[in-house]
Amino acid sequence: MTINDLPALSLVPKSDVAQSAKDFKSDQEVRWCPGCGDYSILSTVQGFMPELGLAKENIVFISGIGCSSRFPYYMNTYGLHSIHGRAPAIATGLSVSRPDLSVWVVTGDGDALSIGGNHLIHALRRNVNLKILLFNNRIYGLTKGQYSPTSEQGKITKSTPQGSVDYSFNPVSLALGAEATFVARSIDSDRKHLSSVLAAAAAHEGTALVEIYQNCNIFNDGAWDKLKDAETADDLLIKLVHGEPIRFGKDGAKGVIRTADGQITIADVAEVGEGALLVHDAHREDPALAFALSRLSEVHTLQDTPIGIFRDVKRPSYDRLVREQLDEAREKKGAGDLQALVRGNDTWLVG
Amino acid sequence: MAKQVVQLSKVVIRFAGDSGDGMQLTGDRFTTETAGLGNDLKTLPDFPAEIRAPAGTIPGVSAFQLHFADHAISTPGDAPDVLVAMNPAALKANLKLLRPGGTLIVNTDEFGKRAYEKVGYTANPIEDGSLEGYNVIPIALTSMTVEALKDFALTKKEAERAKNMFALGMLCWLYDRPSQGTIDFLTSKFGKKPEILKANIAAYEAGWSFGETTEAFSVQYEVKPAPMPTGEYRNIHGNLALSLGLIAAGQLSELPIFLGTYPITPASDILHELSKYKNFDITTFQAEDEIAGVTSAIGASYGGALGITTTSGPGVALKSEAIGLGVMLELPLVIVDVQRGGPSTGLPTKTEQADLLQAMFGRNGEAPVPIVAPQSPSDCFFAAIEAARIAIEYRTPVFLLSDGYLANGSEPWLVPDTSALAKIDPNFTTEPNHELPDGSKDFWPYLRDPETLARPWAVPGTKGLEHRIGGIEKADGAGGISYDPDNHDKMVRIRQAKVDAIARTIDPIEVDDPSGKARVLVIGWGSTFGPIGGACKLVRDAGHDVAQAHIRHLNPFPSNLGEVLAKYDRVIVPEMNLGQLNMLLRAKYLVDTVNYNQVRGLPFKTDELAGVITDVLKSL
Repeated sequence: MTINDLPALSLVPKSDVAQSAKDFKSDQEVRWCPGCGDYSILSTVQGFMPELGLAKENIVFISGIGCSSRFPYYMNTYGLHSIHGRAPAIATGLSVSRPDLSVWVVTGDGDALSIGGNHLIHALRRNVNLKILLFNNRIYGLTKGQYSPTSEQGKITKSTPQGSVDYSFNPVSLALGAEATFVARSIDSDRKHLSSVLAAAAAHEGTALVEIYQNCNIFNDGAWDKLKDAETADDLLIKLVHGEPIRFGKDGAKGVIRTADGQITIADVAEVGEGALLVHDAHREDPALAFALSRLSEVHTLQDTPIGIFRDVKRPSYDRLVREQLDEAREKKGAGDLQALVRGNDTWLVG
Repeated sequence: MAKQVVQLSKVVIRFAGDSGDGMQLTGDRFTTETAGLGNDLKTLPDFPAEIRAPAGTIPGVSAFQLHFADHAISTPGDAPDVLVAMNPAALKANLKLLRPGGTLIVNTDEFGKRAYEKVGYTANPIEDGSLEGYNVIPIALTSMTVEALKDFALTKKEAERAKNMFALGMLCWLYDRPSQGTIDFLTSKFGKKPEILKANIAAYEAGWSFGETTEAFSVQYEVKPAPMPTGEYRNIHGNLALSLGLIAAGQLSELPIFLGTYPITPASDILHELSKYKNFDITTFQAEDEIAGVTSAIGASYGGALGITTTSGPGVALKSEAIGLGVMLELPLVIVDVQRGGPSTGLPTKTEQADLLQAMFGRNGEAPVPIVAPQSPSDCFFAAIEAARIAIEYRTPVFLLSDGYLANGSEPWLVPDTSALAKIDPNFTTEPNHELPDGSKDFWPYLRDPETLARPWAVPGTKGLEHRIGGIEKADGAGGISYDPDNHDKMVRIRQAKVDAIARTIDPIEVDDPSGKARVLVIGWGSTFGPIGGACKLVRDAGHDVAQAHIRHLNPFPSNLGEVLAKYDRVIVPEMNLGQLNMLLRAKYLVDTVNYNQVRGLPFKTDELAGVITDVLKSL
């Protein structure tokens, strides 16, 4: 079975020619700040798209407002750069009415979690066939440096000179709480990891939320550096792999275990033994463990931050259920007869 | 012995009771039977926003008014000839409407001391002489209903609930309305509850027999059918007609319909209707909020559907930014605003036409949006098709401004021949439209049709036309992002010119001036058509000359409007707002109009408007 046999993309026409990353580059000059993490994400997406082998004209990128939302202009596919926070709702209308399209939403922490929070959670619970890429840089970039819903408490920004008093969202926890069927996290600079997560997201029927830790080198430079620097990353980063024991740290010295009270915690592998480690099961129906994993990370220090696919379960997409009702109505009642409908059942004759 | 039959040319009946008394149902049934007899009719439901306010209180009163006649009529009637008051609250809330000397049927069972004191009467109004000016018919409706149903296995409460059917039966006898339709209706409604069904029919029949035998009614009335154009008729409410119009637009354009919406009074019925007709290729999406309603519709339009969103005034406020996006994207979008009393939550179940300027200007930047307004419940059908035609042919959001009075009011409708309706051509673009210097071709999403100025509609899935659009200003033609000052100035003017150009496809406004001698013109828009028409008739019947014109297209105006306004010595503009059309007419045509305004949540009364017109005539 290839990726194209999966239900999420089964209705999308395939390309009849071999594609390369170049085919997905538009003629627009990219206008992000030099050094922005968005460049590497764009390049990874453009490099990954040919793997899907979909007809380019059947791919649509939809965005809201913010730095990340300029993304569609740079993809040589169909694209719509809309208004702040509304991309998931626009994409829902498009996806539901066009099952032959592969619809991607590009958004940021402000766009998706502040002004557009409502649309995000409802897209997730409905399981609309959308792939949502949430670029999280923990700052407002386009409005020049205010704190965002993922900024850590105490953060000093232009709008919080004494430090932010807002408690932050954890996008993965939020998505899991919103009944998401696919939730993953990756990092802008890790092309290989991000590509693999994108491939799994594309194959998923329903909404896939991929949080991508992205660096804003102007207003919040180095926010994720500790997870990127080989020196520190080993000790902080937990790479989740379905079917494998959850193990990290130098030489895999640390791991995740379940405690007697049903919680999870970090343990010394030498102490607890390899057999005690929790084996990651992304397909587990009950989201409690995935949620527990999402809670491991520490907001300020980034200690124990999992990346990878937290949850990937099957539930019929909203699009499919809507389509089934349309098909059922046509089957039962036949194609609509306008004259009969306008006439109704209760008429009288004059003359 | 059969009672004497008296011919009447018209009757206005108002049914009033508690929200739970079933007055809307009673009114609906009486209307259906009346329509079937061939009378012309207009109805006005008048119900509270509260679902079930405490029983016996004024806020809980629900009423239904019906005007039927043996001739063409234009309104639900100014003052009822007959008021049916099911309790003291209903009497108190509605008595002032009843015409002097009118018939007042009161349910005496509900006029206990506690009940009348609850609404502020110090004595029983039926007995204290305060109703002397009316023809009071006291009837123990509740106890007679209970008595009629004593052999049924029902609780007293269940039996009492059928009192509206007793009242309906009684009135159907009084006005000689047939019964079979109501019995069929009850059978389909209560078919699964045989005991309730039999009880309702028994209550109806008991009411009928009571009417026939009681000495309270000395005569039976008859209203002959109205002369109407021949053909097949049905009765129709505005929201239903509007829904059918949207469905027709989908069929005429061969586009799938996507309705993105959020429930709101008084627009929700359109969602309920469209959700029933999925076999017409209609997807209904009950979104998480008003904004998602409109933006999902924009997304669907981007994909080649006819995107529609339905709402009322507060919802339009929430959708404003997205409508502006629609103006920039230049995609078809129909925004249905069933206006209600505002501002803010205002009067959710009452009518008003105070969203005109919101529809016209309620967006940031220069964002012109065409506006179409239906003038009667059945006209909602044609206005919906017209709004969709403009949206599709010009790739633009279009406002369809209905209101609560049109939405819930009903009238007989000559069923149209749908095969005669004009098709709508979406004219999708499937080929590149622009030649590069080297002779190869590419696609420019903002290269316009020179006549309509509409841009090409190329939907995802069309090979070779991949393009990006958005809310940022775009370069004329090529459509890429552009911050160039001259380009922005040009694009703002082009978007305005595109909307202005729609006037070329709009019928000129027609003036109704039977004598051809009128010096005064009364001009309105939307649901005031009926009351203004009725008022003009009264004025003409009194021997004066007055002209009437009604504006269907509020933006752009019909191209002959200025010329028409200039012909008259006085132009009167009655509106259910503080003068919104009036402001537009004055601004655009420099005409010294006379405005007449009311915002009472109710349609104008014809005699009152006739008085306004007469006063202006006298001033000449």
